[in-house]
Amino acid sequence: MDTSQQALTHWLTARKVHWDALEAQLKPQQSPSEQPLAEARELLVGYRGVMNDLSLARRLQGTALITRYLENLFLKTHEELYRPAPHFWGRLGDLYHIDVPLLMRRMQRALYASLAVFVVALLVGWVLVSAYPELINLFASPAMIREVHAGRLWTDGLLNVAPSSLLSVGIAANNISVTLLSFGLGVFYGVGTLYMIGINGLMLGGAFAFAASYGLDGRLFAFIIGHGVVELSVIIIAGGLGLQLGEALIRPGTRSRLQAFQATCTDTGKVLLAATPFLLVAGIIEGFVSPNPLFGMMPRVLMGLGSGTLFWLVMLYGLPWRRGKFVRG
Amino acid sequence: MQQPPKPQAGLFNRLEVQSPDALDYQLDIAGLGARSHAFIIDLHIRFLLALTWVLLVSGGISLLDQLHSLPRYGWMSSRQLIVLLPAFCLYFLYHPVLEVLMAGRTPGKRMAGVRLVNHLGHTPSIGAILLRNVLRMVDALPGIYLVGLLAVAFTRDKVRIGDLAADLVLVYDNRLPAKTLEQMTRLALSSDLSGDDQALLLDLLKRWDGLSVEVRIRFAGQFLARIGQPMPPPDAKPDLAFKKALEKLLPPS
Repeated sequence: MDTSQQALTHWLTARKVHWDALEAQLKPQQSPSEQPLAEARELLVGYRGVMNDLSLARRLQGTALITRYLENLFLKTHEELYRPAPHFWGRLGDLYHIDVPLLMRRMQRALYASLAVFVVALLVGWVLVSAYPELINLFASPAMIREVHAGRLWTDGLLNVAPSSLLSVGIAANNISVTLLSFGLGVFYGVGTLYMIGINGLMLGGAFAFAASYGLDGRLFAFIIGHGVVELSVIIIAGGLGLQLGEALIRPGTRSRLQAFQATCTDTGKVLLAATPFLLVAGIIEGFVSPNPLFGMMPRVLMGLGSGTLFWLVMLYGLPWRRGKFVRG
Repeated sequence: MQQPPKPQAGLFNRLEVQSPDALDYQLDIAGLGARSHAFIIDLHIRFLLALTWVLLVSGGISLLDQLHSLPRYGWMSSRQLIVLLPAFCLYFLYHPVLEVLMAGRTPGKRMAGVRLVNHLGHTPSIGAILLRNVLRMVDALPGIYLVGLLAVAFTRDKVRIGDLAADLVLVYDNRLPAKTLEQMTRLALSSDLSGDDQALLLDLLKRWDGLSVEVRIRFAGQFLARIGQPMPPPDAKPDLAFKKALEKLLPPS
């Protein structure tokens, strides 16, 4: 064995104990540490040791396995040291109380634009179907049209089709996919989002005009009002987020297009994450209340306005039970 | 606040990261092949999981139908929802749930030897994984992942739009099993082989199962010739004889 091999052997023998100890420290702990500060210090010492070992191994061993092993150990230790503290509930609270209200204000132009597109499309749908009733074939299925011709709403028999619980899950899943798609299609410079919001507005306007021509618009309104405020709000917000994505790509400002896209994705993703769970609430109302004839108009309106008000208060002002004010952006 | 260092693409598609402690490290970026490999394995797993649920629950419900009279709901639709909804959830939540639980990996990614990391080479956050999976809908357009494939083919870091948005990269998982470190140490302590030859030997044994028989024999023969060792005697299973010859070079544990 030559001198360099002997030196390597000596080094390996001396250092392997430390690497094993560091590996053991990096393994997920079953119970919270009794001496977190002492452990953090040990980790820091181990990290410095691995940095030195890695530098040495790179110089002496090049790309040998020992270097690869030490690179992995370095990366794992680095990640453990620099990862944020795992306060899931605290961070979720911050998301609703601080981030979302701030971002909603920052993105208000895109949100207004989304609302405007939806309202215009809704009016266009109404006018078109009122003037040319045959156009309802573009927005509604033949089965829905047959029901209205027979003087019934297509939503009348929903509770005969499936129990409320399953109906709620199915409706929520569908709404979530529409919401996510409205947001995601914003990557096509906002054009995909415009299409999604526009088509949803056209369909709703067309459906109302068609129902009105048979005197069923009041019943359609009664069906929609309970869940529709939250549902449509979330879809319009998702549209606004999609338009914001599109704007970041069209007008990145002082940043590169990629930087603007990534930063906007992070911001819009936070709002989307906060808004989407409310669709579960809307789904529950749509499954249990909206198709149920036992609920009169007043409870439906109260439910719709109540859930809508709560939704907008949370999205614009944060959680009422949490202390601390956010800084207006 | 100081911005974290951004990745730089070097030659051969590597994610080069400089840590705040001024120590550089590189991670090999997985390309279209490794990404597709992992995706196809995952596709099969989630399809089989969903199918198993559908078959099991359909069978259970048929049995219930025979035991009870029809309930008050339109039973066909309820049954379809009970069978299909969880199957859809299994199918569509597979990636986000497993990527969060398995620190940027899925069973398919693990088998393909790749994992997701952020621009620092760290495990991605839950938010980044969710964002990546929301944009899967766009990458999957028009139903055959064409958008995603084009994005992977033409982006510097071989990423799809979801990864681009969440600032994630798919890299090769270069973890070494604990056994390799043991063998490495024992070799260094008691073998006469040079450092490079020790690394070659361990690397070859580590990759043995993934190589075809012809390649195993060729590589093992070249290695034995390189270190001046005799070839193993002819055997009915020549690759096994070569493996034994290589394993003899490892010091006893």
